[in-house]
Amino acid sequence: MDHIIEVRNVTYQYPSLENEKKEQPALSNINLSIQRGEFVGIIGHNGSGKSTLSKLLNAIILPTEGDIIINGMNTKDPDKLWKVRQSAGMVFQNPDNQLVATVVEEDIAFGPENLGVPTDEIWERIDRALKTVDMTDFRKKKPHLLSGGQKQRVAIAGILAMEPECIVFDEPTAMLDPAGRREVMNTIKMLNREKNMTVLHITHYMGELVDADRIIVLDEGRILLEGTPDEVFTQIDLLKSKGLDVPAMMELAHQLSLRGYPVPQSVLHIKDMVTTLCQFK
Amino acid sequence: MSIQVINLEHIYSKGSPFEYKALTNINLTTIKGEFVGLIGHTGSGKSTLIQHFNGLLKPTSGTILYDGIDIFANKKKSLKDLRRKVGLVFQYPEYQLFEETVAKDVAYGPGNLGYDQEKIESLVRESIELVGLDYDEIAEKSPFELSGGQMRRVAIAGVLAMEPEVLILDEPTAGLDPRGRDEILGQIKNLHKKRKMTVILVSHSMEDIGRLVDKIIVMAKGEIVVYDTPAKVFSQVKKLEAIGLAVPEVTYLLHRLKETYPEIRDDIYTMEEAVVEIERVVFKGGQHVH
Repeated sequence: MDHIIEVRNVTYQYPSLENEKKEQPALSNINLSIQRGEFVGIIGHNGSGKSTLSKLLNAIILPTEGDIIINGMNTKDPDKLWKVRQSAGMVFQNPDNQLVATVVEEDIAFGPENLGVPTDEIWERIDRALKTVDMTDFRKKKPHLLSGGQKQRVAIAGILAMEPECIVFDEPTAMLDPAGRREVMNTIKMLNREKNMTVLHITHYMGELVDADRIIVLDEGRILLEGTPDEVFTQIDLLKSKGLDVPAMMELAHQLSLRGYPVPQSVLHIKDMVTTLCQFK
Repeated sequence: MSIQVINLEHIYSKGSPFEYKALTNINLTTIKGEFVGLIGHTGSGKSTLIQHFNGLLKPTSGTILYDGIDIFANKKKSLKDLRRKVGLVFQYPEYQLFEETVAKDVAYGPGNLGYDQEKIESLVRESIELVGLDYDEIAEKSPFELSGGQMRRVAIAGVLAMEPEVLILDEPTAGLDPRGRDEILGQIKNLHKKRKMTVILVSHSMEDIGRLVDKIIVMAKGEIVVYDTPAKVFSQVKKLEAIGLAVPEVTYLLHRLKETYPEIRDDIYTMEEAVVEIERVVFKGGQHVH
């Protein structure tokens, strides 16, 4: 079995008061398997079910129907709760809400301490985690004095110190400046490629997903589309009708082809667009 | 209705061990009716600067003039009036909603100005409609029943209900999906056009800034680095990257294409213009169509 995450026929209905009319479920009958080491992007408009899915993976909420299996453990099994949460780490949008300590290294120690990791090993994990996100020089600093990108990297290090099997990133770049976004995206891609970390990346910035192995598009609690960036982003009209974007180069390719120019529709990167357009010289 | 900043300096916690100089030597003038973008890395001083525009922060030294008058010259009276004229929408303004209904929340600002009930009601209705929401459908709902994008628009309506002359928005689209983003930016653009409102937009999205504003203020480390048109600002790719910023994707593309097509313009920063320029230069105005 090399599926780190399996989502089987999952429906989730947020609880409602008795006198309220039942809303439609936040997720309806979702089936999804994530392979170890995969980089999966999740997109969808606000309210499409992305964050509900991420909370289900971390056992913050439990499926109304169906099962979620993380690394062989059912999230409904109360005995496995902490093991599930340790296996599927989460990084959220706002770095200020995730950092708890007054010194960077103490912040990273928070997770493993709660897991009961022996002190010597905690120090080793802090060293490794800081090195991985390239923040070793900042270990004695106060988190609130760091830039947005640095704070997010500390948040990522805090998750790494719990030695998870996969990390769910819930819009980790939404509040960052361009340099911060680059830093965090480079860190996420490095974790996936070099450390073979399974990554689920939820975002509204389509450009961050051009190198993903697979993209899942959620709409009204269902999977609307699933495939490689190529396969998904070439469905430009469908995505736009759902209020979503495509990466800038895809949009440009689409516009040029609408005007009758022979530009392939699947250009994702700037360098590929340069190559394509320079052929006409 | 212009804002003029002269030699502004702001130091937080001056004289304490936590002393921090957030703004140095800021000089700028915005013209009535202009749409100004404000970009800069986290901690560059953007939020500190805009809080001076309506007197929430007082300069450590320097002067801020609104319509030629020093905003701190005549303490209380002028500041209250200034805060009505210069509307400030903070980041994640939906967290500031607090009333039982949308209508009451939007009415809070004008209510404090002592207007009569009739005027307040008409301002509330108008403001809710200005942000693209249906008054009759939404007015009596709890703001907390709404989606994130709707809540944010209600918060913006609350500022518009004060009928500001200048509207300052600190990252109004952070966390919104592409449609929510386009809707809010479209409404801001409309307000600017219809009401001739001066708008100052703080954003980390170079694309959004590029397609909306007349001029861009670029900040780094508490100083203004450039204050110019988008074309002039975005042509300085290296400089922007060195201070943690970027240019729109199409601008990067055109810079790269210039190596092969020396005649291509690289001061372009919107998708529409890029398509036209590539058509003109790469496809010789359409000769390549088969």
